[in-house]
Amino acid sequence: MIKINNKKDERKDVLRLENLTIKFGGLTAVDSFNGYLKEGELIGLIGPNGAGKTTIFNMITGIYAPTYGTVTFNGIDITGMKPYVITHLGIARTFQNIRLFSDMTVLENVLVAEHSWLQNYKARKILHKHEPEKFPRPHWKPWFWSAVLKTPDYLKMERHMKDYAYELLKAVDLDKFAHLKASALPYGPQRKLEIARALATRPYLLLLDEPAAGMNPQETQELAEFVQDVRKKFSVTILLIEHDMKFVMKICERIYVLDYGKIIAHGVPEEIQNNKRVIEAYLGDESYV
Amino acid sequence: MGTKRISFKTNFILTTVFVIGVGFLLLAASHSVGDYWVRIITLMAIYSIMAISYTLVNGVTGIFSLGHAGFIAVGAYTAALLTLPIQQKTMSFFIAPLIWPLNSIQMGFFPATIIAGLVAAFAAFLVGYPSLRVTGDYFAIATLAFAEIIRIVIQNSYSITNGSLGLKGIPPYTNIWWAWGWLLVTIIVIGSLKFSSYGRALRAMSEDTVAAGAMGINVFKHQLMSFVVSGFFAGIGGALYAHWLTTIDPRPTSLGIMLTFFVLIMIVIGGLGSISGAVLGAIFFAFAAQWLRIVESPMNFFGITIPGIPGMSMLIFATVFILIMLFWRRGIMGKDELSWQYIYDHFAKKAGDQD
Amino acid sequence: MSHLAQNLINGTLLGGLYALIAIGYTMVYGILRLINFAHGDILMWGVYFALYMVIALSMPWWLGFIVGIVLAGLLGFSVEKVAYRPLRNAPRISALITAIGISFFLESLAVVVFGGIPKSFNIYPKFFNKIVIFNHLRIQMLTFFILGVTFVLLFGVLWLLYRTKTGTAMRAIATDIPTTSLMGANVDNIISLTFIIGSMLAATSGIMWAMRYPQVQPYMGFVPGLKAFIAAVIGGIGSVPGAVVGGFILGMTEILVVGFFPNLAGYRDVFAYVILIVLLMFRPTGIFTVYSEQKV
Ligand SMILES: Nc1ncnc2c1ncn2[C@@H]1O[C@H](COP(=O)(O)OP(=O)(O)OP(=O)(O)O)[C@@H](O)[C@H]1O
Ligand SMILES: [Mg+2]
Repeated sequence: MIKINNKKDERKDVLRLENLTIKFGGLTAVDSFNGYLKEGELIGLIGPNGAGKTTIFNMITGIYAPTYGTVTFNGIDITGMKPYVITHLGIARTFQNIRLFSDMTVLENVLVAEHSWLQNYKARKILHKHEPEKFPRPHWKPWFWSAVLKTPDYLKMERHMKDYAYELLKAVDLDKFAHLKASALPYGPQRKLEIARALATRPYLLLLDEPAAGMNPQETQELAEFVQDVRKKFSVTILLIEHDMKFVMKICERIYVLDYGKIIAHGVPEEIQNNKRVIEAYLGDESYV
Repeated sequence: MGTKRISFKTNFILTTVFVIGVGFLLLAASHSVGDYWVRIITLMAIYSIMAISYTLVNGVTGIFSLGHAGFIAVGAYTAALLTLPIQQKTMSFFIAPLIWPLNSIQMGFFPATIIAGLVAAFAAFLVGYPSLRVTGDYFAIATLAFAEIIRIVIQNSYSITNGSLGLKGIPPYTNIWWAWGWLLVTIIVIGSLKFSSYGRALRAMSEDTVAAGAMGINVFKHQLMSFVVSGFFAGIGGALYAHWLTTIDPRPTSLGIMLTFFVLIMIVIGGLGSISGAVLGAIFFAFAAQWLRIVESPMNFFGITIPGIPGMSMLIFATVFILIMLFWRRGIMGKDELSWQYIYDHFAKKAGDQD
Repeated sequence: MSHLAQNLINGTLLGGLYALIAIGYTMVYGILRLINFAHGDILMWGVYFALYMVIALSMPWWLGFIVGIVLAGLLGFSVEKVAYRPLRNAPRISALITAIGISFFLESLAVVVFGGIPKSFNIYPKFFNKIVIFNHLRIQMLTFFILGVTFVLLFGVLWLLYRTKTGTAMRAIATDIPTTSLMGANVDNIISLTFIIGSMLAATSGIMWAMRYPQVQPYMGFVPGLKAFIAAVIGGIGSVPGAVVGGFILGMTEILVVGFFPNLAGYRDVFAYVILIVLLMFRPTGIFTVYSEQKV
C-alpha cells in the first residue's frame, strides 16, 4: 500500500495508466503498471536495467500496443492509437539513444516536429468529440496542395514555423548552431536538441528517456536546471526515466520504481531513498543511492 | 562559416535566366544537330522525368521501390490507347477487338498525357497501399512483384492492350518541347514538394521512421503520398516515352524490370535523393548509351574489321554501376541540389583554399 | 484421378526445384539480411558452365554437371568476397542495390560471352526421355532422376545444418553475428561456405530445370530466382525448413491452379506474386517465424 500524503490532490489527471501489461513471447516486460500524473508534475520513473521503463514509454506513445490495460491522457483513452495521433494530442518524447535526424540541420530537426501543426486534423477531431465546448470543430485544409503550390497561406505558415523554431532554439541556447547538421553537435547539445524538437510539437506531457545519460556531473547539474526551466516556460507535465539518483531525487516530486516489470515502490524522494525493496533491487550498488 | 546566403530574389532571377538560356540552347540544337540527336536530347528529358520521380521515392523518402517500370508502363499504354487513331486500332487488334469506349476514342496529346499521369498515380495508390505495410527489402520485393503483375496483365489482356503483340503506329507526338516542357513542370512540382514542410517530413522519415512517427508524422500516409506523386510523373514519363518510341510491348526488356534497372542506374549515378542529380544521371545515361553503341557495332581499324559485341554496352553499364556502389556511393550530387547557393559555396571554398 | 496424380507429381517436381534455390536465399538472408538478387543468375551461370563442360570440353554429362555445379559455387564465393563483403557495414539499401547491380552484371556478361539467343540443353542421355507407364500415369525417367536428386540434396542440407558442427555455427551466425565471432567461429569462412552451398544447390536446380525445359538463356535465372525468394518468404525467411516447405507450397499451387483452370495459364507467374503480396500484408514473417520486430 502506498501512502504519499493524505490530503486529496485537486489537480486534474494528465496521464493515467491502468493495469498496463505487455508480453513479448514468454517475457512479461511490464506487469500491471498503475500510475498517474497530475497537471504540472515532474515525476521520475526508475529501476534497474531491463526493468521495463522504456517499454512503458513505448506503450504510452503508441509504439507498442499493450497486451492489456489502458492509457488515458487528459481523459481520453489513447490505448492502441497510432504514435502520430498521440503526438498530436499532446504527448512528446525523447529517446534513450538519441534519435535525431542526423543528416538534417538543427533548425530542420525542429521544423520537422512542427510539421505536425499541418497534420493534426484527426487529433483535433478526437478532441472536439471529447470536449466540444473547449475544442471547436476542426476544419480540414488541403495543406499538401498549398505547400506544393506555395500559396500565401502556406508561406505565412512556413514563416510562422521558422519563427517559432528560432524562438525554441534560442530558449535552449542552440540558435547559433541552427544551420549546422545535427550530427555535428556535441553530445550534450544533441540531448538538448532532442528536447527542443519534442517541445516543437507543443506537448502537454513530455516524456524524457534518460536525458542525463552520458553526461558528466556538471552537465547533469545544468540539465536539472534546464528541465525545471522547461517545465515552467512551456508549462508541460514531465515524466522522466533516469539512472542518476541524485538527479532524480533533486528534481522529481514523486518517483515510481520498477523492477522486472512490476512497481516495487512509489512515493516522494525521501520515501524512496529509504525503501528497503528499492535498495535491494539496486543490490547494494551504493553509487546509485 | 561566413559564407553568404543568396537571397530569394537573386535566386529567382538567376534561375529564370538559366531556364530561358536552356530554352535557347534547345532551340539552337533543334535546328543544328540533326534529327537523330534531337531525338536523343528529347530522350534525355524523358529519362530525367522518370529518374526524378524515382528518386523522390527511393532517395528522398527512403523507401526502396522496384516497381517504377510498372507505372511507366501504365502511363505509356494509357496515353497510347487514347491517342492511337481509330483505324490504327482496328488494324492492330486482330486477336481480340478493342473494347468500348477505347475503340472509339481518339484525343490530343496533352489531355492523353494528363490522363496517363492520373491513371498511373491511381495504380501507384493501389500498389502502395498494401505494399507500404511492409518495409525495407520486403517493400522492394512487393513492388517488384506488382510491377511484374502489371506487365503480365498487360501481356494477357488482348482486348485492352493487344497483349504480347503490343501497340504499333503510335503518333510520334513527343518532340523536344513537350519533353523538356514536362521536365520543367516535374522539376518545379517535385522540387517545390521537396523544399516544403512535406519534403522535410519525407527526409526525416528516410532517416528514422520511428522518430518521425514520434514527432507526429503519419509515416504511412506520407510514404503513400510520395509514392502516388512519383507514380503520376512516372505515368507522364511513360506517355512521353510511348510517343517517342511509337511502338510499345510488354516484354521484360522493354517496359519491365530492365527499365526500372536503367532508371536506378541514373539515380545512383546522380546521387540518391537529388533532383538535379537525377537529371544529370539521366542525361549521362542517355548520352553514354548512344556512345556505347559503338562497341556493339563492327569497327574498322586500318582495314581490319572488328565485329561488334552485342550486349557489351549493358555490361559496361553494370560494371560502372557496381564500381559506383563500391567506391563512390554518394554519386554526383549526393543528397544535395545543384543550386546557386551550392555553386557559390563551392567557388567560395575553392577561392578560400587558394588564399 | 490420374490427372490429379499427374499434377501432384509435377507440383512436387517444381516445388523441389524451387526449394533448392530458396535454401540459398534464406541462408544468405539469415546471415547478412541481404536479398541476394544475383542468386538466380548464379544458377544461370551454373547451367552454362555445365553445358560448356560437356559440349566444349567433351566431358561426360555427369562430370560436366558436377564441374558446372562446383564452378557455380566458386562464382557465388567470389561474388560475396568482391561485392558484398566490402558493404557488410554499409546501409542495407546499398547492399541491396549492389546485389541488383551484380545480377545485371552477370546477365550482361552471359549475353556477351554466350550470346543472347537461347541454347539447347539436350546433352543428357536419351535414357531420361523414356516414359514408364504406371497405372495410367505416364512418367518420364527424368522425373525420377530430378525427384531423387532433389530429395537427397534436401535431406543432405538439413543434415548438415542440424547435425554437424559447421551447421550449428551457420545457424548461430544467422541469429547473431557479433556473439558468434566472440565465440571463436570464423564468421568470414562460414559466410563464404554459405554462399558456396547456396550457389551449388541453385546450380543443381538450374541444371535440372534446363533438362526439363531443354534450353538455357542469359535471363533464365530471373523468374525462378524471384519465385524461390517468394518461397523463402512463405516459409519464413531465415528458416531452411521453411524455405523447403515454401518451395513445395508454391510449386504445387502453380501446377494445380494451371492444371484445373487451363485458361489461367497465361497468368501462371502471377499466382506467386499474389501469394507474396497477400502474405506480406497479413503475415510478413511467414510460416516459421524467425525474427521478431526491431526494438526501439
Ligand atoms: N520489442 C521487444 N521484443 C522483445 N523484448 C523486448 C522488446 N522491447 C523490450 N523488450 C524486453 O523488455 C524488457 C524491458 O526493456 P526496457 O527497454 O523497457 O528496459 P529499461 O527499463 O528501459 O532498461 P534500461 O535501463 O536498460 O533502458 C527487456 O528485457 C527487453 O529485452
Ligand atoms: Mg530504457
